[in-house]
Amino acid sequence: MSQRRRGYARPLDLGGKVDLSHGAGGRTAAQLIEQLFAAALDNEFLAQGDDGAVLPMPPGRLVMSTDSHVVSPLFFPGGDIGCLSVHGSINDVAVMGAQPLYLAAGFILEEGFPLADLARIVGSMGQAARDAGVPVVAGDTKVVERGSGDGVFITTTAVGVLRDGLNLSGSRAQAGDAILISGHIGDHGMAIMACREGLGFASPIVSDTASLHGLIADLLASGAAVHALRDPTRGGLATTLNEIAAQSAVGMLLREDAIPLRREVAAACELLGLDPLYVANEGKLVAVVGGNDAERALAALRAHPLGRDAAIIGAVHVDPQHFVQMVTAPGGRRMVDWLAGEQLPRIC
Amino acid sequence: MKYVDEFRDGELARGLARRIAAAARAGRRYSFMEFCGGHTHAISRYGLADLLPPQLRMIHGPGCPVCVLPIGRVDLAIALAAERGVILASYGDTLRIPASGGLSLLKAKAAGADVRMIYSSAEALALARDNPGREVVFFAIGFETTTPPTAVVIREAARLGLDNFSVLCCHVLTPSAIGHILSSPEVRSLGSVPIDGFVGPAHVSTVIGSRPYEYFAEEYRKPVVIAGFEPLDLLQAILMLVEQVNFGVARVENQFARAVTREGNLKAQDLVAEVFELRREFEWRGLGTVPYSALQIRARYARFDAERRFALAYRPVADHKACECGAILRGLKAPWDCKVFGTACTPETPLGSCMVSSEGACAAHYSYGRFRAVA
Repeated sequence: MSQRRRGYARPLDLGGKVDLSHGAGGRTAAQLIEQLFAAALDNEFLAQGDDGAVLPMPPGRLVMSTDSHVVSPLFFPGGDIGCLSVHGSINDVAVMGAQPLYLAAGFILEEGFPLADLARIVGSMGQAARDAGVPVVAGDTKVVERGSGDGVFITTTAVGVLRDGLNLSGSRAQAGDAILISGHIGDHGMAIMACREGLGFASPIVSDTASLHGLIADLLASGAAVHALRDPTRGGLATTLNEIAAQSAVGMLLREDAIPLRREVAAACELLGLDPLYVANEGKLVAVVGGNDAERALAALRAHPLGRDAAIIGAVHVDPQHFVQMVTAPGGRRMVDWLAGEQLPRIC
Repeated sequence: MKYVDEFRDGELARGLARRIAAAARAGRRYSFMEFCGGHTHAISRYGLADLLPPQLRMIHGPGCPVCVLPIGRVDLAIALAAERGVILASYGDTLRIPASGGLSLLKAKAAGADVRMIYSSAEALALARDNPGREVVFFAIGFETTTPPTAVVIREAARLGLDNFSVLCCHVLTPSAIGHILSSPEVRSLGSVPIDGFVGPAHVSTVIGSRPYEYFAEEYRKPVVIAGFEPLDLLQAILMLVEQVNFGVARVENQFARAVTREGNLKAQDLVAEVFELRREFEWRGLGTVPYSALQIRARYARFDAERRFALAYRPVADHKACECGAILRGLKAPWDCKVFGTACTPETPLGSCMVSSEGACAAHYSYGRFRAVA
């Protein structure tokens, strides 16, 4: 932000709406940036006010990841697109074993979007970033004409640092490894679907959106031989495990009755004809660890508030077909296949 | 979850499996057809084949609405959306059915046709109310379970006096299809499809009741056990079928007594009878043209009948040459007997309709059971 005389711009009218001038780079745009974005995301690097942020760099290797967020509705039980966009990119860096350091955020706003909603979203981003200890150090805003967007889209990029000697990868799962999940599956996806479909539950399903780097740090500090970590977001647990199985050229066998699933999420999935294995999570961790360290890893996860309901859900084995299979609750065996297309509710 | 967990209990399932194994006589083969796609899906989804003795085989029936819809009917819907400028609304899986010229409703949508995916018939009606200047056509498919909701919206459209809403009716009838299978030469004389009994549909039977199946038990001497969609429902129904076969009886039994009565849902039946009448004949994929096997909209609701409103002429189209959906739907072949299964035909690129719906025999085997083909 460049230095500007105090009181030069009128206070932003939060009863107003985004118009094309907010993205035009003029005075209105500067006012939006200063009074809304800079105020909510405030930190020393953003305050440098130049085209790029100059950042200190601890020793180690850089890890970088980017993620675009287009969720609808923008506000949902347990969160909103703002905190979701912070957690999303932080988690992508964290599952590499890295300490997330900085975030950048790009906003695409639709003409007519209420400024009060934008303030709420950016406020939520600021809170999430402060809670995570990862500042938003750079940003950009564009405004598109009405009908060319859906309120607000946010792209975030995270940078982190990975200590030497630590190498986690989806390609490192091996026969004999144990597969763990840090808690109940499907909470985020069903919180969104319940909003969209107007499913009224006595206690609403709450999104699990959260930053996972604290949980991951505790797991790594436990000394367990961690081979691969991933956050099972879009496509759910099933997709994540298929990715790891394919990358590592191994098979997996899960136990359905070991996978944590909330009653209300299970019920909503039944109603909509969805399989919770394919429903998105935004604050869950899949960990593939050496078989002998399964209990140690489980204890480390359960000791953290985000991992209280962690469970060992299966094991890795040799399989030239790289199939993920599951022993079902009644005792049969099925494949847990890649998702075909979108997960559509069955029609009868 | 109450009323669900009880029916998926592993201990009870293993207990039922042991009883089935004990009841199934050595040296005798048992072949049962589960008519309904919901059962096909449940059998694969829960891996129930692993719980059944080797001499017992389940044959997947044609009770999957997406699977039995012939290409010609999908072509009609695509033509309406692509050439007549209507808003075409239908249920999710319907959009993916392969039609003529490499098209599907989903591809027509990508090419600019106004195709909307809906979850309920009421959404189609809402589209018509919200778009008074546009023609809205509801592409209605399904067995007796989905027919009453279609009847409701047609009656509602009449009450509201909507003049931009119509239905492309493709509703089909379960008993006609079962009768057609039982009277086919493969079952009756050739013996190429041995059927010792039927697992009767769950949701369909809540509407039509158990009475319509009595004819099959009597006339064809085939036991029918109506079953719910949960794994324990299915295992119990299979045990009941094995016992009927062992005793040499053929009765209609109702395992799904918590939802199905002998008479069914009379209110729904009245509603359907008010809006629909029997169609003289209807082409089914796999079964061919079956007389009196489907419904059409009655004359008094003619203005809501898309076939009349748009003067549509049905043109039958042959299936893809390599596709074995027809034989699979008749129980003559299994998915893995098809040359293109899992190669050219996958859930992402279905050649045949059985690979489209998760209730289709091919999609169910591909998604849940194909590790068995490899092992």
